[in-house]
Amino acid sequence: MIEISDLTKSFNDKPVLRGVNLSIKSGESVVIIGRSGCGKSVLLKMMTMLLPPDSGRILIDGEDITLMDDQNLYRVRRKIGVLFQGAALFDSMTVQENITLGLREHTDLSETELRRIAEERLELVSLPGILDLKPAELSGGMKKRVGLARAIAMDPKYVLYDEPTTGLDPISADAINNLIISLNEKLKVTTIVVTHDMVSANKIADRIIMLHRGVNFFEGTPEQVKNAEDEVVRQFIEGKADGPIKQVIVKEQPREWWRGKRF
Amino acid sequence: MKNALVRLGRLTESFFAEAGGIFILLGQILRFSTRLYKDRSLFIEQCVSVGLNSVPIVLLVGVFTGAVSAWQTNYQIEGYIPIRYLGLGTFKAVIIELGPVLSALIIAGRVGASIAAELGSMKVTEQIDALESLAINSVRYLAAPRFYASVFMMPILVIFADFIAIIGALMTATLLLGIPSATFFSEIPKFFWIWDIFAGEIKALIFGGTTALIGCYIGFKTEGGAEGVGRSTIRSFVLSSILILVFDYILATIFF
Repeated sequence: MIEISDLTKSFNDKPVLRGVNLSIKSGESVVIIGRSGCGKSVLLKMMTMLLPPDSGRILIDGEDITLMDDQNLYRVRRKIGVLFQGAALFDSMTVQENITLGLREHTDLSETELRRIAEERLELVSLPGILDLKPAELSGGMKKRVGLARAIAMDPKYVLYDEPTTGLDPISADAINNLIISLNEKLKVTTIVVTHDMVSANKIADRIIMLHRGVNFFEGTPEQVKNAEDEVVRQFIEGKADGPIKQVIVKEQPREWWRGKRF
Repeated sequence: MKNALVRLGRLTESFFAEAGGIFILLGQILRFSTRLYKDRSLFIEQCVSVGLNSVPIVLLVGVFTGAVSAWQTNYQIEGYIPIRYLGLGTFKAVIIELGPVLSALIIAGRVGASIAAELGSMKVTEQIDALESLAINSVRYLAAPRFYASVFMMPILVIFADFIAIIGALMTATLLLGIPSATFFSEIPKFFWIWDIFAGEIKALIFGGTTALIGCYIGFKTEGGAEGVGRSTIRSFVLSSILILVFDYILATIFF
């Protein structure tokens, strides 16, 4: 279970998150929506402490990761798989090395065993037989699938997806949506997806949370979101330029990477 | 006046923030020294990239450094100092100063800039975040092997550079200046101090560490896509080169 309370984050004194409160149950499939720059990806990165919050608490299975030392944080991160927006595959490694890097670092599995696991994960994402290719040889959709295979390689309890369908054609995007649903069912993982793609959100979500003005503005099932009367929600799901959502987009600023590091 | 003071204050703050960041990274890298044996495959991979792949360029720089040193020394001492001291002068200049400093500057361009570009590109494409999300410490996995490989390989490269520079100087002396090789080497044993070689090697070690540390620091701090990676590459080379020259001065005043 993930519980987030009073989470705030500012960049250059401009608040992005002003007090987010969320509770995500195990096995649930939650989609976080909101317009670009509203802090969705920031929130997702905070769930693994890739970005530290200014204040607030993030409890993963009852443990507050905002207060953890490096060793404990890495222990918790092993329970979480992340699919990054651009897949973030390691250019210098083959597909197999990408998928098994985490296992290679944290376990003593043999090369044969690692290859078997990589093959299994690739089959789960419907992309068998590409173990020895390099990321440069893959299409955008294939990269996302390999990124997903890497995210689930260590049998995580939670899988976080940052804009999984962005940059893909509608057919590939739908294939990724189906994949997310099938992995959620097969692996019994908790799924958290950040997107502004409403087709994807409606298909994947048990529950949709809309971020607006730095807080979780609206929550409900896809049906409840579809029938919402709130003007802000309506403007977003209908994709209209005119309406109450007009705030300036605050872009994520690079963090000073040494903050919070200990030696 | 007030604006100038504000700007000065900001510059000072930014200088200390950057210096603090570099020292924190160094502290973290030193903490991972105990993991070096476990991470030996990463270390060896970097030794090949930093060391072995730099041998040709270091040798090329070495041979011309030695050759030009011999030629210039001859020009400066001709008529004032006996020509038998040419070998000694060139030898000392190469071992103490030219070998370590020129090799370090070449490595700052070849290796330091490449570290900054590689890590910078990983940073802007979220590969470093991906590494961290796999519960792998990015400083241990990326910075520590590069730092230790540079510290280890730089003195070896300098020995190669020194050796080939002396050969270059000897070739110039014998083939172009008409000085017999026996004369060239005649005064070296009388004024040869092992400390000179040692000091040159300590310099190389510090220059190697500085280059890798700056490359890693700037790489980790990269932002702003391809343009940012380009900026980081230049910054890494410029900052490493400046620090190499500053440290060279400081070490010279300490050692000699």
